[in-house]
Amino acid sequence: MAADAGQHSTFHGIGVSAGIAVGPLVVVTPAPTAPADEAPTTDAAAASVTVHGVLDEVAKGLEARAAVAGDHAKPILEAGAMMARDPGLAMGIDNHLQAGKGLTNAVTAAVEEICTMFESLGGYMAERVTDLRDVRDRAVARLLGQPEPGVPTLTVPSILAAHDLAPAETATLSTDTCLGIITAAGGPTSHTAILASQLGIPAVVQATGILGVAAGTTVAIDGGVGEITVNPTADEVTMLEERKKRRAAALAGGTGKGATKDGYPVALLANIGTADDAQKAAKQAVEGVGLFRTEFLFLDRDTMPTVEEQTATYTAVFEAFGDRRVVVRTLDAGADKPLKFADLGPEENPALGRRGIRLGMIRTDVMDAQLEALAAAYKATGADVRVMAPMIATQAEAMWFAEKVRALGLPKVGIMIEVPAAAIRSKGILYHVDFASLGTNDLQQYTMAADRMQGELADLLNPWEPALLDVVALACEGGAAMGKPVGVCGEAGGDPALALVLTGLGVSSLSMAPGKVPAVRTSLGLHTREQCQQMAAAARAATNAADAKAAVLDMADPVLRDLL
Amino acid sequence: MATRQVSIASSVGLHARPASLFVQAATATGLPVTIAKEGGNPVDARSILMVMALGAKHGETVTLAAEGEGADAALDSLVELLSRDLDAE
Repeated sequence: MAADAGQHSTFHGIGVSAGIAVGPLVVVTPAPTAPADEAPTTDAAAASVTVHGVLDEVAKGLEARAAVAGDHAKPILEAGAMMARDPGLAMGIDNHLQAGKGLTNAVTAAVEEICTMFESLGGYMAERVTDLRDVRDRAVARLLGQPEPGVPTLTVPSILAAHDLAPAETATLSTDTCLGIITAAGGPTSHTAILASQLGIPAVVQATGILGVAAGTTVAIDGGVGEITVNPTADEVTMLEERKKRRAAALAGGTGKGATKDGYPVALLANIGTADDAQKAAKQAVEGVGLFRTEFLFLDRDTMPTVEEQTATYTAVFEAFGDRRVVVRTLDAGADKPLKFADLGPEENPALGRRGIRLGMIRTDVMDAQLEALAAAYKATGADVRVMAPMIATQAEAMWFAEKVRALGLPKVGIMIEVPAAAIRSKGILYHVDFASLGTNDLQQYTMAADRMQGELADLLNPWEPALLDVVALACEGGAAMGKPVGVCGEAGGDPALALVLTGLGVSSLSMAPGKVPAVRTSLGLHTREQCQQMAAAARAATNAADAKAAVLDMADPVLRDLL
Repeated sequence: MATRQVSIASSVGLHARPASLFVQAATATGLPVTIAKEGGNPVDARSILMVMALGAKHGETVTLAAEGEGADAALDSLVELLSRDLDAE
């Protein structure tokens, strides 16, 4: 698998963000660990001067990057610099040096002490541990005479290779200098994948072969099909460039409503997570919001946001979209993303625990305040607001939620279908509500009993998995029987080929990262509803995910391949 | 040694932005200011890490202490800072 400069090779990972790029490879250095056989400190005063000097260099490095970073990365980098200069950390390190610990071990021990304190506080503080350990890794690397780990400053447009990327690292990337991302780990729903597709940077995950490729090697990446070519030939580069042009041409047409070639409407919607996302997405040619995640209002806080604060945020989002629909998901928290003011304690299996509507039914104060704010924002704007609850499994939960929402005068109430039970019995559940939205990421995790955050299980988490398609089909049958719309707001809806299958299965809307809408619109416009139904049948008849995808691509218009 | 007691006014408690503003102000005094929760050990008020690790919540009382010239005035200014809802500003 290792490839020397000049040696040609091709290998595959999982394409998670479409697009084509060719460029030199920049390798993200892994973090070193403090060596166990490090010489003990004999002159604590001299050692202290050395370590403080290194921490100062780390701080300067982070400040220099902060000075040129974007709005999102700047505060993260500045906070890191502040930590490196922290007198409390310096004192902790000095104590360990005086006790005789070697330089890097003293740094590591002092950082871990603070991390333990932060972790015991939970929530927001526990997450700062990542930033503090990043400072530690930089200091340890410098003390060992190695380059600082993490993403180096990209001076020329490059393709980035890493074992995996932390969200903070991905957030610092700019589309000007980062042409593509290749990781050896990570899954299709990892943070890297989601951020890359939001930024429109081609990305491939689970490409273990990349770790054997030397920095500086020219690499071509096709983020749609997941193919990586090391030292591509001139012909290969030409072919990729042509494909890139065809892709751009195919995407150039149309900003209208989503529909199949024969005019069957499929609404194309945006997934948003913040008020800032809403402002950006509202400027795009989308028919509204299919998933407004409201967690950002609640995370990182000690107390619940007031009804007034929530009302102001929801009003701003509704106003941004005018008369276009906004589907709001009520708070989806649980043990894996705990809230300081509504933490029910740790659980063995957070994904199977008291999350989503289950938490909402226990902490009714949180649910009631959110619904009250949504109702107030609806009254203030008269917008097309549709409120849905996450993690519904039973009719009783759907009824409980629907009664609350309707009592407040909100016009439409729906539920997320993420639990297979809700898909299997969607008819009964839809009796109580106006619509359903399929959260395909969680639905797949629960259908396959495979943790979506665990990259090693990526094979079980391929959205082409026929079992997932069967479950989606069941949910759609229930919707058709009740005459109620069933949409998709998971990552699957943003795949231009899978979107055809979902349409064939009877889905009425597709919600995705706004950047994915043009490819899906073009794809739908190239195929009739009947073709979509035939593709859905072929995909469900396949024995595995790869065959399902291959069968659909065989039946599709050739232009579709350029959209992937 | 000058000391002051003050109740944390910031709705989010003494972390994130309020903690950062407090630490900057404590550092600007040029004095070795400490901060302690009731019954807890005093920590360096110039250390964002130590201040955040205190986990002082909204409404909790903390004790500030400092020694040296201008300690009283410095503590008064820090008390004034903590008496405001810094997160709302």
